[in-house]
Amino acid sequence: MKFAVKAWSNGRARTGLLHLGNYPNPIETPALLLPTRKGLPYFISPDLLPSLPSPDSHLLQVCPLHFLEGLSPKTISKVGGLHQMVGLPEYGFAAVARDSVQCLPECNSTNKVGASFETPCGRLLIKPADYVEMISSMKPNIWATLADEVPAWVSDKRNKTSVDRTVRWLDECIALSSAGGAVFGSIVGGPSVEERERCTQEVARRNVSGYWIGGFGLGESMDERPALLNAVTAILQEEKPRLVCGLGLPEEVLQGVAAGIDLFDSEYIYHLTLEGFALTFPLGGVGVNVFSFDPNNLGSDRSKINLRATIYRKDTSPVVENCSCYTCQNHTKAYINHLLNVHEMLAQILLEMRP
Amino acid sequence: MNWPRALLTDSGGFQMVSLLHLADITEKGVTFQSPVDGKPMLLTPEESIQIQNRIGADIIMALDDVVKTTITGPRIEEAMYRTLRWIDRCIAAHKRPNEQNLFGIVQGGLDPVLRDICVRGLVDRNLPGYAIGGLAGGEDKDSFWRVVAQCTAALPEDKPRYVMGVGYPLDIVVCSALGADMYDCVYPTRTARFGTALVTEGVLKLKHNVMADDTRPIDPTCACMVCKNYTRAYIHCLVTKDAMGSQLLSYHNLFYMMKLSRDLHSSIIEGRFPQFVCDFLRKMVVLYAFFSLCHIHHVISVVTGIFVYLRELSCWGQGMSGSMIVFVSIR
Repeated sequence: MKFAVKAWSNGRARTGLLHLGNYPNPIETPALLLPTRKGLPYFISPDLLPSLPSPDSHLLQVCPLHFLEGLSPKTISKVGGLHQMVGLPEYGFAAVARDSVQCLPECNSTNKVGASFETPCGRLLIKPADYVEMISSMKPNIWATLADEVPAWVSDKRNKTSVDRTVRWLDECIALSSAGGAVFGSIVGGPSVEERERCTQEVARRNVSGYWIGGFGLGESMDERPALLNAVTAILQEEKPRLVCGLGLPEEVLQGVAAGIDLFDSEYIYHLTLEGFALTFPLGGVGVNVFSFDPNNLGSDRSKINLRATIYRKDTSPVVENCSCYTCQNHTKAYINHLLNVHEMLAQILLEMRP
Repeated sequence: MNWPRALLTDSGGFQMVSLLHLADITEKGVTFQSPVDGKPMLLTPEESIQIQNRIGADIIMALDDVVKTTITGPRIEEAMYRTLRWIDRCIAAHKRPNEQNLFGIVQGGLDPVLRDICVRGLVDRNLPGYAIGGLAGGEDKDSFWRVVAQCTAALPEDKPRYVMGVGYPLDIVVCSALGADMYDCVYPTRTARFGTALVTEGVLKLKHNVMADDTRPIDPTCACMVCKNYTRAYIHCLVTKDAMGSQLLSYHNLFYMMKLSRDLHSSIIEGRFPQFVCDFLRKMVVLYAFFSLCHIHHVISVVTGIFVYLRELSCWGQGMSGSMIVFVSIR
């Protein structure tokens, strides 16, 4: 993996190019990682993936914990790694232990031995050695080290411990790992600017290819975030890419971009798809400076429509006029409304493709 | 739907059988409870054809009075005669006979006399095609293929015969041998959702723990996107848990069924149909014998049926496997 910053805004925001070894075209950042379940999108089948804009859609996020449900690291190695397993040899995978939808960190059960997660298989304790074993068998392009993420309301003592543990586990992961792939050092620190800075300084000292900034999307408010993000990015080396998980709404993503983040996960799309929403806000000409961060607009119709609503029953126009995506080119709001009413999976496939 | 290929719509008649406890069938039509909001709905032959006219499919089905084959008594006769009266109402209500082909459906339960009356009644109406309905509902296989055989023998040679609700690959091969042309079934996709793949040897239950580290494709002889890219182990970890599992397995199963149709078609054109059936049976039957005793009776009666209708079965003498020979002695 190679990363280079291309251009700067007046503040911290920047654009860059991410080169993956197995795909010829670089990916422009800031970029969203497509969420996956066991390596494939939730609904979009692999033969439809090429209909998504390329190369933007070539970076997928994967959570190794998904495979604990039925696929051993040995079997994954036997097949040749994650790319071979899911039939996407030309796509990039970024592995992160936490999955904002189904594998949330359970900080009360995390201890000095490992990090605890609530998963569909129950509560699991993942030790750094286990995690590295999974990563080694999967061989993703990028992977974040195991972190102890805590939500915003924990005690200072617990927060300090999480930073100490995360740094220790980072060293363990790096020491144990023989896998290729770019290692992203994990940075936590909860709601405390000092702890965030302390963690960042420690991680910046290590030999990593990029940074994964955790601990967001776990209950803190949007107002608190810029200060925390900026505290981290101020210290980090500029030429290394930064990945954040847990920033869902477009407004939150823009906050992250303003602070200098390059890569984001997008579980927001999953929730929208399940609820029957399609995003409709215009894409062109919306710069960081022009968009207003007004949290009260979160539920409004300016950015999305709920296709379950009966007003769309006879609406034979595409979701957005003149949109070049597969869904808008081939289907109408009325059809998606019908699919949602009769509980057909095609609705979710079409909606997941729209954003 | 933005579907540029051929389309066939059913009349809604099958729902009468599957939702029977909610249905009240009279000469006018069928009254049943709407599954969406519980309100009573009346479906008449006229209404069914009207809806199908609006949808615009290439082939549309008449509304028939369907009864389960497991029912006995005068109801079957009533349903058969009503089907004939309703076909006239369907024909009268059909507003697009030059663009949409209305198929009639042969009813009559398992009674050969009733079936014969129905076939002759429909053929008199000179329809573009004919369906054999009321089967695939749990009747024993011995009765099933006899009804199909009777109908295909009596229906016109130059019009398509559509056996509704069939089915298992073996049933499709048998019905094709008996002279049927078209089939529909939820089996490939439904069984995919439960984690079962259709393969040359029969079925493969991917939910089974044995599959967890099997790195072969589902079917090494299959050329579909799923078998070319994925292992049994990966599909195993997806099935019944993730939507993607259903999608990939449905894809493979549908590909398998389409290949089966293509193979049946080309083997007939190339004059090697009996050989194809023998090969098909040889691979399948071994599995049936091995896994499920209750299928043996089915296979035996089916195989007997094929003997009756196929002239050449030279492969029968050519060294079948041990389990096949065991079959013959059980019979």
